[in-house]
Amino acid sequence: MSAVLEVKNLQIAFGGVKAVDGLTFTANAREIIAVIGPNGAGKTSAFNCITGFYTPTGGEVTLNGVDITGKRPADIAHAGVSRTFQNLRLFHDMTVLDNVRAGMHLYGGQNFVDAIFHTPRFKRSEAMYTEEAHHWLDFVGFTGERGVPIKNLSYGQQKQVEIARALARKAELLLLDEPAAGLNHNEKKSLLELCRRIRDLGTAIVLIEHDMGLVMEVSERIVVMNFGKEIAEGTPAEVKANPAVIEAYLGKDDDEEVPADGNA
Amino acid sequence: MTMEYKTSSIVTNRPPTKRKMFGDLMARIFENKYIGWVALAIALLAPFVSASSYSLNVMTTALIFVVLGAGLNIVVGYCGLLDLGYIAFLAVGAYTAGILSKMFELPVLFTLPAVLVMTILAGLIIGAPTLRLRSDYLAIVTLGFGEITRITAQNLTITGGPQGIYNIPSFLIIGDFDFQEPVIFYYLTVLIVAGLVLAAARLGKSRLGRAWKFVKEDEDAAEAMGIHTYKVKLLAYIFGAVWGGFGGMLFASHLTAISPPSFLFLQSALVLMAVVLGGMGNMKGVVVGALIISLLPEFLRDFAEYRYLLFGVLLIVVMVFRPQGLWPPRGSESERKQAKLDADALQNGIPR
Amino acid sequence: MAQIIWDGLFVGSFYALIALGYSMVYGIIKLLNFAHGDLYMVGAFIGYTILTSLGGWATSMGLFALIIVMMLSMVLTGSIGVLVERLAYRPLRGAPRLAVLITAVGASFALEYGVAAIASPNPRGFPIRLDGDIMMVLGARVTFPQIILMVIAGLLMFGLDRYIRKTSTGRAMRSISLDMKGSLLMGVNVNAVISRTFFIGSALAGAAGVMAGAYYGKIDFLMGFIIGLKAFTAAVIGGIGNVRGAMLGGLVLGLVEAFGSELVGGQWRDAFAFGVLILFLTLRPTGILGERVTERV
Repeated sequence: MSAVLEVKNLQIAFGGVKAVDGLTFTANAREIIAVIGPNGAGKTSAFNCITGFYTPTGGEVTLNGVDITGKRPADIAHAGVSRTFQNLRLFHDMTVLDNVRAGMHLYGGQNFVDAIFHTPRFKRSEAMYTEEAHHWLDFVGFTGERGVPIKNLSYGQQKQVEIARALARKAELLLLDEPAAGLNHNEKKSLLELCRRIRDLGTAIVLIEHDMGLVMEVSERIVVMNFGKEIAEGTPAEVKANPAVIEAYLGKDDDEEVPADGNA
Repeated sequence: MTMEYKTSSIVTNRPPTKRKMFGDLMARIFENKYIGWVALAIALLAPFVSASSYSLNVMTTALIFVVLGAGLNIVVGYCGLLDLGYIAFLAVGAYTAGILSKMFELPVLFTLPAVLVMTILAGLIIGAPTLRLRSDYLAIVTLGFGEITRITAQNLTITGGPQGIYNIPSFLIIGDFDFQEPVIFYYLTVLIVAGLVLAAARLGKSRLGRAWKFVKEDEDAAEAMGIHTYKVKLLAYIFGAVWGGFGGMLFASHLTAISPPSFLFLQSALVLMAVVLGGMGNMKGVVVGALIISLLPEFLRDFAEYRYLLFGVLLIVVMVFRPQGLWPPRGSESERKQAKLDADALQNGIPR
Repeated sequence: MAQIIWDGLFVGSFYALIALGYSMVYGIIKLLNFAHGDLYMVGAFIGYTILTSLGGWATSMGLFALIIVMMLSMVLTGSIGVLVERLAYRPLRGAPRLAVLITAVGASFALEYGVAAIASPNPRGFPIRLDGDIMMVLGARVTFPQIILMVIAGLLMFGLDRYIRKTSTGRAMRSISLDMKGSLLMGVNVNAVISRTFFIGSALAGAAGVMAGAYYGKIDFLMGFIIGLKAFTAAVIGGIGNVRGAMLGGLVLGLVEAFGSELVGGQWRDAFAFGVLILFLTLRPTGILGERVTERV
């Protein structure tokens, strides 16, 4: 197993507040890692640092050995990182298919000359886009209408589309920010199976999640964060028994869930 | 014999209201893929209805305005960049064409390479510093650039100062055949404008066009998908500039004289109105909007004083009540593939 | 040299008065009221209308009449500003920024061409002209009217500063600019405060309009357009959203323009001002005293 993502001593401070304070962990290919921790532990901030939306004030992030610390989000996506967002950032007025096509922007083989003159290359490229979009929608198990704008879909369906969009990037690292938030029991089961399917493709998955049941079932390793750094790391069984973790959560049940609009 | 509706069936049997039928009819006409050809045919046949030099003049000007609408639609409609100084690109194109064609005694068409270079440069110069700004500031800064362009044109000798450039040569002369003849030029303009509108529409439906729309809807999500938003915005700007430049070439040869008052903010605002009226991002709508804005004053001559007041109020009304423009909203994508999948699944007995 | 400084400060105080309205409205609802400059024009026309209908009696009273008319115009212009907010901006609160901006352009157009339709597009001569003796102060030609107008502008600005700092409405304005939802939850009548902000900003612009009419003698329906852009520039220079910044920015812009005109010639004056705007937004978007202007997560 090769390390896809290496985070070393990551730090970011906002004013005087250290949101992330020395976070270190790795994620390997074909592995599902969950990052958990109480609210305010710094999980989404860490994600934003890794994906370039925040510029870290210290530390290092490498992807397959390449340093991506502090780079622009678009460059980091180029390097092989893809993500979903906690509050679902889809392109609401565009169709489902177009949203998935967004993930495919970086490959496509058409330029504006092709577009204006509808060259064979353009037509092939567009056909490829459509086919791939359908492929990823099938992969996540999306059963809704595909030619309609996003705003027509249910919340669960929208979440699926966002994952399909992220998958269309064909990135080596996939970051999922609270993918289970707001999903019902069946939808969570599908999500679980989906994560495993994604992992089998060879992707490294890192997810932030509050649903302990899901976390325990799906992850191979768990990183527990509190106060901006990792306080424990290991298999689900190890982490469950870790006294530091129990203390951080003060006895949080694995049935307890944060509602869809909860904050990390 | 009287017709009786059973009370229990009144709701389901009620005939559709006239308004809904009209709306559906309009939607179907609009979405019909042959509407472009129909419009082209109308444009080609128009001179047979009225070929007076006045009406040809008006129609040609209206067509040039359509090009501007198409160009601004790329910038505002597709990419969401509020450019209030768009007329600057028309000015750059027109002056480049006018000055060079006069200086080297060339038909205006031959200045095309220079026009392209100058408008691309203009797009870069205006775009580079401003595209990082938030939309309100972008709007005012582009307006500032528009004014700077006009003031520059007014003050430099090479641009002819307040008088501008006059005696601009014809668009194209082949042997004895002068393409600047009103009817010929009109048809030439129809073809060029149709081509430019089609090209802009095709750009909108391509990878780049989608990237523009992603950036417009949610810049951060677009970045996360690997789209370099700055580069994409700059491209929108440059394409808009080039379309404006094309418009400028046609404008210069059509009027044979250009001067600073043609490039007031008023003109930028009118192009914006065309785009807003037509529905930002909806190329077909924008064409109609542009035609309305440019032709309506001709029909409302009596109300000339109130025409711009009306436009201003219209802008407010449209944004408050119908921001997607006056025309029917965009349809969704075809479900062909899904239907095929369903059909396949049905055949193979796989539950979906 | 002193002349340039004096002229710059004089024009700058006009810019400052108008920039204040821009900054206040921006500060409170994060909207660049594109129609703001046109309220300056509306104020001038209202002043003109009142003066012409009062006839010769008023003009003979000179400065005194002017001040009364100015105050009347302030009230009326302020009300029109509130009307614009109600009709064009309030329905779009919460709409995407692009939509509100476009509406503002529409409002600006409506005001400009509305006035043109009512009062004719031709420039009008203002009934009261302020002439005064020229005094020489430190090598600069200074006229009495100039001093009076600057004093009036200064008093208005001082009054506004006090208002914002000392009254509850002023406090409400500041709290809304920091957190609208929070203010709403704390019981602040946000709509009323916003209306009041528009009123004050528009009134100040109207005052500047009347004074400009009296000083320059000529008004036309497009006079607000360029002034609006310059006032925006001034607000940016000082730091948009910042009231004291707007005052400072106005004076700075006036000075910069005056020096610039000396350097490159009067016909480039406006282009010069825009150049300054673009420079500031590119290099120092926060302005001298104010807030961030570029977009980031």
